[in-house]
Amino acid sequence: MAAAEKQPVTGAGPFNGLLTWIDQRFPLMENWRTHLTEYYAPKNFNFWYYFGSLALFVLVLQIVTGIFLTMNYKPDAAQAFASVEYIMREVPWGWWIRYMHSTGASFFFICVYLHMFRGLLYGSYRKPRELLWIFGMLIFLCLMAEAFFGYLLPWGQMSYWGAQVIVNLFGAIPLIGPDLAIWIRGDFVVSDATLNRFFAFHVIAVPLVLLALVVAHLLALHEVGSNNPDGVEIKNAKDPKTGRPLDGIPFHPYYTVKDSFGVAVFLVIFAIVVFFAPEGGGYFLEANNFITADPLKTPPHIAPVWYFTPYYSILRATTDEFVVWGLTPAVIAFAALIIWSVKGNRVRIAVGVTAAVLLLGFLTLDAKVWGVVLMGVSVLIFFFMPWLDRSPVKSIRYKGPFTKTAIALFIVSFFVLGYLGTQPVTTGRTVAAQIGTAVYFLFFFLMPWYSKMDRCKPEPPRVTWK
Amino acid sequence: MQARAAQGDLEMRALVLLFALAAPCALAEESVRLDPAPIDPRDVASLQAGARTFVNYCLNCHSAGMMRYHKLLELGLTEQQVKENLMFTAEKIGELMTVAMTKKDAKDWLGTPPPDLSVIARAKGPDYLYTYLRSFYRDPESATGWNNMVFDRVAMPHVLWTLSGQQVQVERRFRNMEQAEAVGRQQKNAWKIDVLTPEQAGKDADRFVLKTIRTDTPGSLSQIDYDILVRDLVNFMTWMSEPNQLARKQVGYVVMLVLLVLLVLAYALYKEYWKDVH
Repeated sequence: MAAAEKQPVTGAGPFNGLLTWIDQRFPLMENWRTHLTEYYAPKNFNFWYYFGSLALFVLVLQIVTGIFLTMNYKPDAAQAFASVEYIMREVPWGWWIRYMHSTGASFFFICVYLHMFRGLLYGSYRKPRELLWIFGMLIFLCLMAEAFFGYLLPWGQMSYWGAQVIVNLFGAIPLIGPDLAIWIRGDFVVSDATLNRFFAFHVIAVPLVLLALVVAHLLALHEVGSNNPDGVEIKNAKDPKTGRPLDGIPFHPYYTVKDSFGVAVFLVIFAIVVFFAPEGGGYFLEANNFITADPLKTPPHIAPVWYFTPYYSILRATTDEFVVWGLTPAVIAFAALIIWSVKGNRVRIAVGVTAAVLLLGFLTLDAKVWGVVLMGVSVLIFFFMPWLDRSPVKSIRYKGPFTKTAIALFIVSFFVLGYLGTQPVTTGRTVAAQIGTAVYFLFFFLMPWYSKMDRCKPEPPRVTWK
Repeated sequence: MQARAAQGDLEMRALVLLFALAAPCALAEESVRLDPAPIDPRDVASLQAGARTFVNYCLNCHSAGMMRYHKLLELGLTEQQVKENLMFTAEKIGELMTVAMTKKDAKDWLGTPPPDLSVIARAKGPDYLYTYLRSFYRDPESATGWNNMVFDRVAMPHVLWTLSGQQVQVERRFRNMEQAEAVGRQQKNAWKIDVLTPEQAGKDADRFVLKTIRTDTPGSLSQIDYDILVRDLVNFMTWMSEPNQLARKQVGYVVMLVLLVLLVLAYALYKEYWKDVH
């Protein structure tokens, strides 16, 4: 396309000339329109729809504060802890940057969890948004990796022993486990070598992937269009003349101003924590992490940061008894349920063989291995949401009592597991965590049945609005 | 049918879950009740007094290696005052508050190197420090001759003993927990309750042992004055663990003000634009 064929840019006042010059060499206006002024978003977004843009905002905040922290941080086992305190005490405004980064980590997870919960409520993972959801889940995995690598950097006791525990999980993998754990650490224990490589992952490797995935997530979103609290497609009702969705409004300026308001509210809450409670009651900055890492002193109670505790609970709940009395009957019952439900003998045989392999595994492998497997599955299962949900409707507004109960129980189990993960183990707590684990997984594994059998209300033809 | 059974199953599990949650709350763990430290990081006189105690008594074995003498100027002291009264081992005011003792020597002499105290108040909390420093007692069985109510068999000897005097541990037995706690709460010092099994206590004996300390030989300070000295010391250590904490809050108020203005403007802008969305 020759440059001269493009229309000159209008409406930008004194910048018309400059923008025309750029636009003739770069698809500036085209992208501006596609992704902002002519990207039509449903007008009925509610409270839950703030958290996507807020997560993006926190991502930017983490990158910017992270860059400044990197200028004074030393990824060296002998200096790391002191360099963080140097930032806190002697770098001008260093404490502010550091608290924004440490608080930002927790707020990132708060935003992302609420963003995911929104998807869960309104069926944002359903066709045609499966890939959008998968990109989102990959972002979540990257975020977990990013948080895990970053948490080692202050080199406190919790940093050190948390990393030790998590890396040792890889040691549970049969055959290659122990060598794999050494390969990850670069040493026989978490050490300077580990700190250096975790620093590399935290500041460049994972952020690069994360950013690329965020771009993919947004491109996928703008391809299929946003879902909304009613779970009905706004593309189904278009203005016959203009071809614009009747219930859609341009993202810019409507949602840019609305999300700016969201960011302002977020900043107020964020600033309260950063300036008045940066330790977040011991959940955002843990007391034990103000003690320098000591490879010879294992703390009596090791707990990950709050955003990992539900999965950590699932790991700890998987005891020998749980494998025998929980997993074994669950696999048998679930295999029977699938074999009874599906048609086609191939699938039935495949399910039977998988169940047999699992049962054999329960008999031969350590419970620790299954704890690691369950922990992995507890995160990865989200990827399958688009295919587990068989409901005729997308949104919770039109779903029936089964789904509503299931989501409520799932959320309760998530919080219970999260709380238990912060606490030392007792017999009572282990039983509670085992029940929580069961509820957590039943939510997903029974979804194909309860979502299909539920008594759903009919979806409205267009979005409801005020 | 099948889904309904599944739901019944879930409901039952929810009930079990609730009971399971209630269970751990009933089991209370026995440890020393920490006294709340009556500290105030804005009390400059207290911080100065605490700094003096810290430098005189702590900074011989313990370092505060992430803290510079220079920062003490923020406590309303002049460079001259800091140099003359608080700097004994350093030459320049920009130096870190280190000690000459090496880690190896410390391990040989004391069994374990004394921890750096720069951020100890953030690791342990002021209440812990306040209670710990007032809970030493004579114990002939320990290597240093001292033990501590909060930290059993602690390697650190009671450095402030000339001020506090010498304490001994006292045990009193009670028939039930309520009585033991009632007496415990009246104590001015740290206290804890050990529950003996019937085998340990002997048949029909009182099983609830209230442990507390009592001054055996008085020191140069009264108990009230000693508590004030420890209060000041803990106040200083808490300030030292984050010297910018007052500035942080002051900046916070300004930031909140600016953000609230931003919030109002953002809300007005949002409502203005959305007027034409029907």
